Amino acid sequence: MPDLLLELFSEEIPARMQSGAAKDLERLVVGALTDRGLLFEGIKAFAGPRRLTLAVSGLPAKQGDVREELKGPKVDAPPAAIDGFLKKTGLSKDQLKVEATPKGDVYIAVIARKGRETAQVLAEILPDAIAKLPWPKSMRWLPGDPVRWVRPLHSIIATFDGEVVPFAFAGVKSGNATLGHRFLSKGAITVRRFDDYEAALKKAHVILDAEQRKAIIFEGVKGAAFVHGLEMIPDEGLLAEVAGLVEYPVILVGVIEDQFMDVPAEILQTSMRTHQKYFSLRDPKSGKLANRFALVANMIAEDGGKQIVAGNERVLRARLSDAKFFWDEDRKHTLESRVEALKGIVFHAKLGNQYERVERIAKLAGEIAAKIGADPKKAERAARLAKADLTTGVVGEFPELQGVMGYYYALHDKEDADVAVAVRDHYRPIGPKDEVPGQAVTMSVALADKFDQLVSFFAIGEKPTGSGDPYALRRAALGFIRIVLGYNCRLSLVRLVHRANFFRAESEAGAVGPLPVVDLLWFFGDRLKVALKESGTRHDLIDAVFSLDNEDDLVRLVNRVIALQGFLKTDDGANLLAGYKRAANILKAEEKKDGKAYTSEVAETLLTAPPEKSLSAALAQAKAGIAPALESEDFAAAMRQMAGLRGPVDAFFEGVKVNDENPKLRENRLNLLASLRAALHQVADFSRIEG
Amino acid sequence: MAGKLTFQDLILTLQNFWASKGCLILQPYDNEMGAGTFHPATTLRALGPRPWNAAFVQPSRRPSDGRYGENPNRLQHYYQYQVILKPAPSDVQAMYLESLKAIGLDPALHDIRFVEDDWESPTLGAAGLGWEVWCDGMEITQFTYFQQVGGIECDPVSAEITYGLERLAMYVQNVEFVYDLAFNDKVRYGEVFHQNEQEFSAFNFEKADTDILFQHFKDAEKQCRELLVGEKLLPLPAYDQCIKASHAFNLLQARGVISVTERAAYIGRVRALAQACCEAWLKTDMGAYKPRFA
Repeated sequence: MPDLLLELFSEEIPARMQSGAAKDLERLVVGALTDRGLLFEGIKAFAGPRRLTLAVSGLPAKQGDVREELKGPKVDAPPAAIDGFLKKTGLSKDQLKVEATPKGDVYIAVIARKGRETAQVLAEILPDAIAKLPWPKSMRWLPGDPVRWVRPLHSIIATFDGEVVPFAFAGVKSGNATLGHRFLSKGAITVRRFDDYEAALKKAHVILDAEQRKAIIFEGVKGAAFVHGLEMIPDEGLLAEVAGLVEYPVILVGVIEDQFMDVPAEILQTSMRTHQKYFSLRDPKSGKLANRFALVANMIAEDGGKQIVAGNERVLRARLSDAKFFWDEDRKHTLESRVEALKGIVFHAKLGNQYERVERIAKLAGEIAAKIGADPKKAERAARLAKADLTTGVVGEFPELQGVMGYYYALHDKEDADVAVAVRDHYRPIGPKDEVPGQAVTMSVALADKFDQLVSFFAIGEKPTGSGDPYALRRAALGFIRIVLGYNCRLSLVRLVHRANFFRAESEAGAVGPLPVVDLLWFFGDRLKVALKESGTRHDLIDAVFSLDNEDDLVRLVNRVIALQGFLKTDDGANLLAGYKRAANILKAEEKKDGKAYTSEVAETLLTAPPEKSLSAALAQAKAGIAPALESEDFAAAMRQMAGLRGPVDAFFEGVKVNDENPKLRENRLNLLASLRAALHQVADFSRIEG
Repeated sequence: MAGKLTFQDLILTLQNFWASKGCLILQPYDNEMGAGTFHPATTLRALGPRPWNAAFVQPSRRPSDGRYGENPNRLQHYYQYQVILKPAPSDVQAMYLESLKAIGLDPALHDIRFVEDDWESPTLGAAGLGWEVWCDGMEITQFTYFQQVGGIECDPVSAEITYGLERLAMYVQNVEFVYDLAFNDKVRYGEVFHQNEQEFSAFNFEKADTDILFQHFKDAEKQCRELLVGEKLLPLPAYDQCIKASHAFNLLQARGVISVTERAAYIGRVRALAQACCEAWLKTDMGAYKPRFA
């Protein structure tokens, strides 16, 4: 079966857009083919610096025939309606069929369409797909033509079964020729199908497949490192980016001058990565950054790359001279002396400057430290210094080194090691894959930092919305939760909210809006569900426990949820839940009817039937047992107490009619059910439990 | 490398090269400006339908970049070589690569790459898509397809090529300290410009009288506005005032007397002037491309 080859050859496509464009092209063409009944066997999309390519294999030579019946107006419809239908179908009146329907006779048009040649269909759908490619940013370039693409398009290959599919887009006519590497290949390459296309490109020094380029770079850098007794520091993001910057990767190795080797490795690495796209190498034994780097050129130079390496080394020298200059300058001032300068850095227009923020975090960190067994003095100290590196030259140049630089400067200032580490790691965990910092002083600062962020932005109404979270509050809450759960930090959320809010109000001039405490707490609840989703913890149980007035300690809350989830899996648990629901439904209906809530004590004297007597006794026992079990956080014991209720509850519903004719008995029984509800609500709000 | 070009040879070579490609060789504009893009031969000529191919050296002043002559490659006054081609020829990338060859950067020996870098000038209300061109990892040129100038869509689209001359010369001459560049066979760049950098850094950062500058800004803004109302529009002199306002703002920035919030407001004021000049320019014969001047 015939194949389609499509290549769009343009000026350099931004690396970050390439893979997305290949996927979009595939999606658009697949959609258009399917819509027109053209099924295929295989499809592959490729992207590189100068071309997007699509290869579709196993297409039919033509579409299948299609027979279609279109229902028209009624026979006695106004002539205008009938004329309209004729126009739409392109038929004359005598070609229409008449069909009887319950509404009367209507015209039916039978349209038989012969399947068209696939090549013809392609000539329509390909330019359309090319035009529809959703580039993140596109441009105009043709005079008087509004057509947009990522960069000027130079040529199009479109062949079907080896023959050109003729169409035009942006003034470019499709054909069967392209160009190879910009500098390593001369003249046009003419092709008929994908196989000779890919091979011809390879000969013309173009590796079509980005995955293959990545593999060449990965192996090449590894190999080049090995030659020097070194290893590559893996960097997936850089690998993908570099693969989008070259058509023919050539790996070369350059040297970092000795004068830079006592600059912290993070600075060297960041400078090489962000500005120059170099791979860093390290000594496999010591793990230390090596004084060599790997660069990926797009060129086999006539001199073997000597000038390329020399040029890159020179550029790097200039870059690192800058970095080293900043590093040397920065160390002339202590971190402590920089704290004052934080007054000049705006945190947020409505939330004051970084100095004020640091003051708040320090107070909160001190309080948290006292609760989680860290030294409050160290926590406060670390918090005060935590943002001071924002005023340093290195962080000005490389914002991603915030924290890390603070650590180096703190060590240089002879700060306590715990303090230095906390300065470095208090931003963590940075993403879902990042590890949670485990050192107590660090945790205190990290928790305070995140908490202040949440409270501050909630107070000015900057809550995350469905579509946006510009201040990364979800990440902050999730980070907070991961630290708290990871290291069993026993903290009262409500208390923290109030303390953080107090420090906030204290630190700022002017009125501050009221903090939506409930919203903030439920925001934590929602984040907790996300955090626990993977472990299979039920979100409704988190709701059920979280909505209790007295449960705002995340560690205890999670233990409670886990115990509850285990209990509900047992027979006793499932039945008790069913009994609860029944009781709650009856109560709801009767309370509504009577216009009052049943909360009174059960009158022993009015208990007549044996099952209600035993339920009352069981409830008394359970209530007495559950409270101390909860108090001592022995949730298993609390569950056992609840399990003991199952039998009496079942028996009650089996043998007792709640709505007795005697209003006194009825009221007493409703109070008994209310008492059951209250007993269970000590453990969780059962009304929020699903199933 | 095919002989090492001196700084002035580099300029002469580029002049000859782009002259041979049919560009008008213009001279620098006689107002202080931050980049060649501010030259009316770029800003204004990029607008409207009239074809326009020009190349010129433009001294560029960036007061905040002054380093008292102590930094190896930062200058508050440097030269840009600016090429503007309208409409953008379809082989403009190839033409540019040819120009590199002309100044001794042989693509067979170097690693030359077009790396995404979209250009934007908030003060001019201008934006375009393009690349920074890398030679062996060093950025040597900014390459832009103008999409908008003065808030007005460009049609036809121009290609703008901007070479940073000192940086390029440093690369070609294999020099690490800008003041060591050979200006010609006998004179170093430092002999010409080192004292200039020292004095102007002191002026930019310490001595420039901010009261005068604030007044300059206001005056230029006022004058610019006045030239754009009434029967007879004078967009060219008005645009001069816009450039002057922009430079006064840059100096005030260097003096550190403009806060972050004020900064955005000042940029907005200059942009409004630029926009008004561009709109007026399109109403003139030259800007609108009236047939009798064709």
